[in-house]
Amino acid sequence: MNEFHEPKLVFERSRPGRKAYSLPACDVPSQPVEQWVPKAYLRREEAKLPELYEVDVIRHYTMLSRRNFGVDNGFYPLGSCTMKYNPKINEDAARLDGFAKIHPYQPEETVQGALQLLYELENDLAEITGMDEVSLQPAAGAHGEWTGLMMIRAWHESRGEKRTKVIVPDSAHGTNPASATAAGFETITIPSGADGLVDLEALRAAVGEDTAALMLTNPNTLGLFEKEILKIAKIVHDAGGLLYYDGANANAILGQTRPGDMGFDVVHLNLHKTFSTPHGGGGPGSGPVGVKKELAPFLPKPRIVRNEDGYYELDEDRPQSIGRVKSFYGNFGILVRAWTYIRSLGPDGLRQVSEDAVLNANYLMRKLEPYYDLPYPQHCKHEFVLSGKRQKKQGVRTLDIAKRLIDYGFHPPTIYFPLNVEEAIMIEPTETESKETLDRFIEAMIAIAHEAETEPDTVISAPHHAPVKRMDEATAARKPVLNCSCG
Amino acid sequence: MQHRYLPVTEEDRKEMLEAIGVSHVDDLFADIPEEVRFRGQLKVPQAMSEPELMRKLKQMAAQNLDFEQYACFLGAGIYDHYIPAVIPHLLSRSEFYTAYTPYQPEISQGELQAIFEFQSYICELTGMKVANASMYDGATALTEAGILAAAATNRRQLIVSRGVHPEAREILHTAAKGRGLEVIEAELVDGVTDRDKLASLVGKETAAVLIQSPNFFGVIEPLDVLGELAHEAGGLFIVSANPLSLGLLEAPGNLGADLVVGDVQPFGIPAAFGGPTCGYFAASEKWMRRMPGRIVGQTVDLDGRRGFVLTLQTREQHIRREKATSNICSNQALLALCASIYLSVMGRQGLKEVAEQNLQKAHYAAQSLAKVDGIELLFSAPFFNEFALRLPEGLVPAELNRKLMTEGIIGGYDLGRAYEEYKGCMLFAVTERRTKAEIDRLVTAVANACLENKQMSPRDGEVKER
Repeated sequence: MNEFHEPKLVFERSRPGRKAYSLPACDVPSQPVEQWVPKAYLRREEAKLPELYEVDVIRHYTMLSRRNFGVDNGFYPLGSCTMKYNPKINEDAARLDGFAKIHPYQPEETVQGALQLLYELENDLAEITGMDEVSLQPAAGAHGEWTGLMMIRAWHESRGEKRTKVIVPDSAHGTNPASATAAGFETITIPSGADGLVDLEALRAAVGEDTAALMLTNPNTLGLFEKEILKIAKIVHDAGGLLYYDGANANAILGQTRPGDMGFDVVHLNLHKTFSTPHGGGGPGSGPVGVKKELAPFLPKPRIVRNEDGYYELDEDRPQSIGRVKSFYGNFGILVRAWTYIRSLGPDGLRQVSEDAVLNANYLMRKLEPYYDLPYPQHCKHEFVLSGKRQKKQGVRTLDIAKRLIDYGFHPPTIYFPLNVEEAIMIEPTETESKETLDRFIEAMIAIAHEAETEPDTVISAPHHAPVKRMDEATAARKPVLNCSCG
Repeated sequence: MQHRYLPVTEEDRKEMLEAIGVSHVDDLFADIPEEVRFRGQLKVPQAMSEPELMRKLKQMAAQNLDFEQYACFLGAGIYDHYIPAVIPHLLSRSEFYTAYTPYQPEISQGELQAIFEFQSYICELTGMKVANASMYDGATALTEAGILAAAATNRRQLIVSRGVHPEAREILHTAAKGRGLEVIEAELVDGVTDRDKLASLVGKETAAVLIQSPNFFGVIEPLDVLGELAHEAGGLFIVSANPLSLGLLEAPGNLGADLVVGDVQPFGIPAAFGGPTCGYFAASEKWMRRMPGRIVGQTVDLDGRRGFVLTLQTREQHIRREKATSNICSNQALLALCASIYLSVMGRQGLKEVAEQNLQKAHYAAQSLAKVDGIELLFSAPFFNEFALRLPEGLVPAELNRKLMTEGIIGGYDLGRAYEEYKGCMLFAVTERRTKAEIDRLVTAVANACLENKQMSPRDGEVKER
């Protein structure tokens, strides 16, 4: 068995005396450390970090990278995550010295390029979502949700109202109710109708004087457009509530429809999904939040403003602002990438993105429909949800199908979400995958459906060609080993 | 239009539409009511070719003054440190940066192991038993720690030192409003948290005391003493620490901290106008199951080989929904990886050496500046790589910074921005990247500015008399 199959921990590679760093000698007159810092404040025992030389470091992390699967490795149809191609010019842009090596507290006149970029990106995102103003401060989608809800809360309070409840459909992402709790709201979950859409009667029954907002994803997590959106908006607004748009995944709507036009008051976007910034193995992301005019005074501060003479400034004087939600001005390096992406595509390209994303999803869905249950058969938007119910009867679960896909060279789709579909398989191909890739995926899915019938054990014991087999997750949770204690 | 990111050709489109059973792509959008269909063209800039766009980006970037052209003495939470050459190369491995969260452990072992090692590094530095996979940044990590403490103690009051970064306190105030928590700020004396005043603030309602050390002024706080106050009141002791300082300073875990947080930006992460950076969150074992964010645990696969998985997920939003410990869903995996690579490069000796260089250079700069006529050090307490100065009457920080800029120097932070009582005072950071020549240039420039100011003041006086 070679190292690829069981690599060492970085600590296990240590050999006393080696070094991988290169610092110049300290060129100022030095004093013993104890002269500057009382001994009681100093480390009694030095941190036990490994001792490696440069090649060790390179080989270790290169080895780890080979045991990881990214979009550049292959098709990654992870529903609700929009695993599209991450353009390389975006990476180069973010690494330019003038963007990467600037300090957030530099005088404004020395960072005009950075402020201009932020200002322009805010405007672009406002236009794309049909909102009036955007803040780029939130660090991630859930952070944007919470920021939006805090503004909704402040808006109600400014009108002398205390509204305590946030309504979410049962198909909503788990962050929606969790963000509602963090913003001090109680969550009311309403069941979806038989067509997978918001049940208007259930919504009417749920709204009332205590309704602060409805949080909605549209297209929803089943990939279906809420076609009664105008009625939904009216029900919520008539009750005095606001409409929150979870735009984590907005890949179907670019240049097609805008939350602002649908009646939404607050929206957040995940730049690490729709706007092509890399997921980074779990972050960093960025979750800008946009609002209609009436809510603009509550946006996080500072705001970026443009003077009449084209000079950009940071405005801290926002008395109604909910305050600051993140250090400095958001994840600037990610914002540079999104700005670049929008300019790589332009208005027609962005519209094309959504058209192709929807085309790819519908193509996959129709090709797979004969082999897997499709609980909601209407046209989908950028993603769709299959059910593995049929295969479950054959003793093969959705989890097994997902693992078997790894053997065919694909990243598995999202599974067991949304919660209102049994044995859910949520597939989102994105627009950056070619028909040939989709066809190969279709072949694999059909082959697995066939295997489930004829040789279920092959599927149940998958993956067979991954760096490791299935993990003992139960023991990991029962007897947690969370660090190596081997420093 | 055929775009380089979009593979669908006319021929493909025809075949695919046929397979779907519709005649036009627009039919797939037919469920969007016409009233809300967007039929115009978005008012965003027209597409640019790659070379045009790169030229435009470089023009925008060139309008910013960066650390390659200017010697940076700004700190206050973001620092200009040495970034080993191997880091950008390894972070550019797209198996890492184009991957999602490692929910499928069989093909995500690389990321999972990297996070496990990050957690191990953080535990080693902080002296804590457990750490999570990282947080948005140090400031939001501090807020999450406060929320954990409130839930764990079933108390509503957080006492935060005014030595904590002003922006971190602002974020804490915002979040506390959402959670219905009370935040009380504790005063400072000589740049450290006032022990006596803190003692009078803590009580039966105190969920936690939140201290930053080295604090916003660079000053090292007497953690053990402050921690005792928190514990005597039955609250948790939360410490925010610059992890680079922990190459030299005692681990907060050995000084009574229950939760330790901070930002690993000093570990190889570019300043990037303040973000993205990467927060860390470490806890004593007792609070393991209350921690926010993702956590990686070690286990074995079916063949008994060591491997790693996301674990303790029953705390998290996708399982617990409104009852989750936090709404946090992502982490800063790529930057946690960056910090891990940095620590692997620096190793046992390097971390100590770089921390000591920060200490020595900052003290050399402070001593030299203190000798300038008109300049005085604001505090006498021990500090790490930042220190506060009072400028002579009449010389305002913004004006000094403008003068420094003409000398190729990005000057310090104007403390008056966040502290009414420290108007006319500045915070300077000196990292290992600053050479003696640059420090001397700073000192000369400050001395010249002070001299000019002194020569100006009598004239000011004359004006006043008239």
